[in-house]
Amino acid sequence: MTIDLGRGLVLRNPVMTASGTFGYGEEYTDFVDLAQLGGIIVKGTTLNPREGNPYPRMAETPSGMLNCVGLQNKGVQYFIDTIYPRIKDFDTNVLLNLSGSCLDDYVKGAEMVDALEKIPAIELNVSCPNVKQGGMAFGVTTTGISQVVSEVRKVYHKHLMVKLSPNVTNIAEIALAAEAAGADSVSLINTLMGMAIDAEKRKPKLSVITGGLSGACVKPVALRMVWQVAKAVKIPVVGLGGISNATDAVEFMLAGASAIEIGTANFIDPAVSAKVAWGINEYCERHGFANAAELTGALL
Amino acid sequence: MKQIADFKLIAKQDYGRSVLLRLRSKRPLPDIMPGQFVQVRVDGSPSTYLRRPISIHDVEFEQNEITLLVQQVGEGTRHLAAAEEGDTINMVLPLGNGFSLPEKGERCLLVGGGIGIAPLYYFAKVLNAKGVRPTLLLGGKTDTDLLRLADYQKLGETFVTTEDGSRGEKGFVTMHSVWQKQSFDKIYVCGPKPMMKAVAKLAAEKNVWCEVSLENLMACGLGACLCCVEDTVDGHVCVCKEGPVFNTRRLKW
Repeated sequence: MTIDLGRGLVLRNPVMTASGTFGYGEEYTDFVDLAQLGGIIVKGTTLNPREGNPYPRMAETPSGMLNCVGLQNKGVQYFIDTIYPRIKDFDTNVLLNLSGSCLDDYVKGAEMVDALEKIPAIELNVSCPNVKQGGMAFGVTTTGISQVVSEVRKVYHKHLMVKLSPNVTNIAEIALAAEAAGADSVSLINTLMGMAIDAEKRKPKLSVITGGLSGACVKPVALRMVWQVAKAVKIPVVGLGGISNATDAVEFMLAGASAIEIGTANFIDPAVSAKVAWGINEYCERHGFANAAELTGALL
Repeated sequence: MKQIADFKLIAKQDYGRSVLLRLRSKRPLPDIMPGQFVQVRVDGSPSTYLRRPISIHDVEFEQNEITLLVQQVGEGTRHLAAAEEGDTINMVLPLGNGFSLPEKGERCLLVGGGIGIAPLYYFAKVLNAKGVRPTLLLGGKTDTDLLRLADYQKLGETFVTTEDGSRGEKGFVTMHSVWQKQSFDKIYVCGPKPMMKAVAKLAAEKNVWCEVSLENLMACGLGACLCCVEDTVDGHVCVCKEGPVFNTRRLKW
């Protein structure tokens, strides 16, 4: 069942939990044995603390939700001092999602995280749609992504996963640029930019008007993008976007993903991640795959 | 410890806009503090994607029973209210932190507005079991908003206001004469935000300790998504995890 994503990042199975949907793992230990997961990707962290956007930050949509949390977090140093000691011995891979508003922040943050023995990888967030300089500026052009990935690559020696924005014209082009700049893998998709309006009140439902769409509704878009990117790059692709059960996860792997992340579905069923890991196994047995790695790109 | 559990709807009482759902689990219930809440999965409603946070109205540990008092405000709660006896309802529980329990001998006032009276029933019951008989002040727009009034009255001296004067004193809870006649050591409030702010202001003027229960829009209910934040003296904090009960001194009201 082992999934080797390269440069030392080896997952026990293809299932990880997506950043911002699983806290620091601690919030879910009553529901999920973390040893059942390939990894957890902890909340988006920036070099300096951020208060995030004002309330309201969430709007429910058909089969999904919009959020505009805006990267609320206490900064990399707080993570290192306070959170890391609590979670470093979890029996799973703990990845840190690192975001920034300028090149320097990414580089400094990555340098600090590089020193953390028990964090085998960074998921570089160049695709947050909810803050003015949430990195999406880097993630939507090939030159932007080349710049941030190559600079971080210089200081970060472990597995560098780059999380891609779907809010682009040609995501394969962006993925290729990340690969060329030194990414070890790419994960996609981050949320799709969206908006919700309360017609009765004639007001936007979110405090900053627009937000990121996630949940089951984005799955077809995510699946298509994973397929396009997997065809284009040689590095492993981590698929996410609306995965709610093992069948969804298998679909992403058939489309070319080597591993998957579960996001918004954690809110509806806090135990879903372990169920998906179990269900992928069950699918492999039923279809005669010796291990989950064989599912990657096995679309007929 | 939190759990995800299927409950069977064993009894339902219809109050028009609100409905009382008595739910039984096969599993023993975890410890539940008054003021904590559940996240209910709403099945079969295509427009309802997320769970709905609902306060806990009553608990019977011997029978593994939880009672919810649900007001229909949107599609999710409308769907929930349409559940029939025998239906299975999935819940994550217990979530958040409950009200701070008073010391013996402290005079407690429980103030509820509209459907905000719901968690005060279990709270008053627990207080009685601890030997603290609370005073209750319940407000509604009209008489029919004051659900299960006779049952509340058994748990403590109960005062009532209605905006239309159809029951009790006419006006808002903050206008009730009990504020002039009695004094309290602790005030606990659950209701619409403007009402809670008004009571919190009154409590502050009287220099009385006050806790309120917030109900910000939530997604996860576990402190993971950071959607339900309230602005506090400690910055943005999750109502689901650090609340829903807050001491008013902590809030930037």
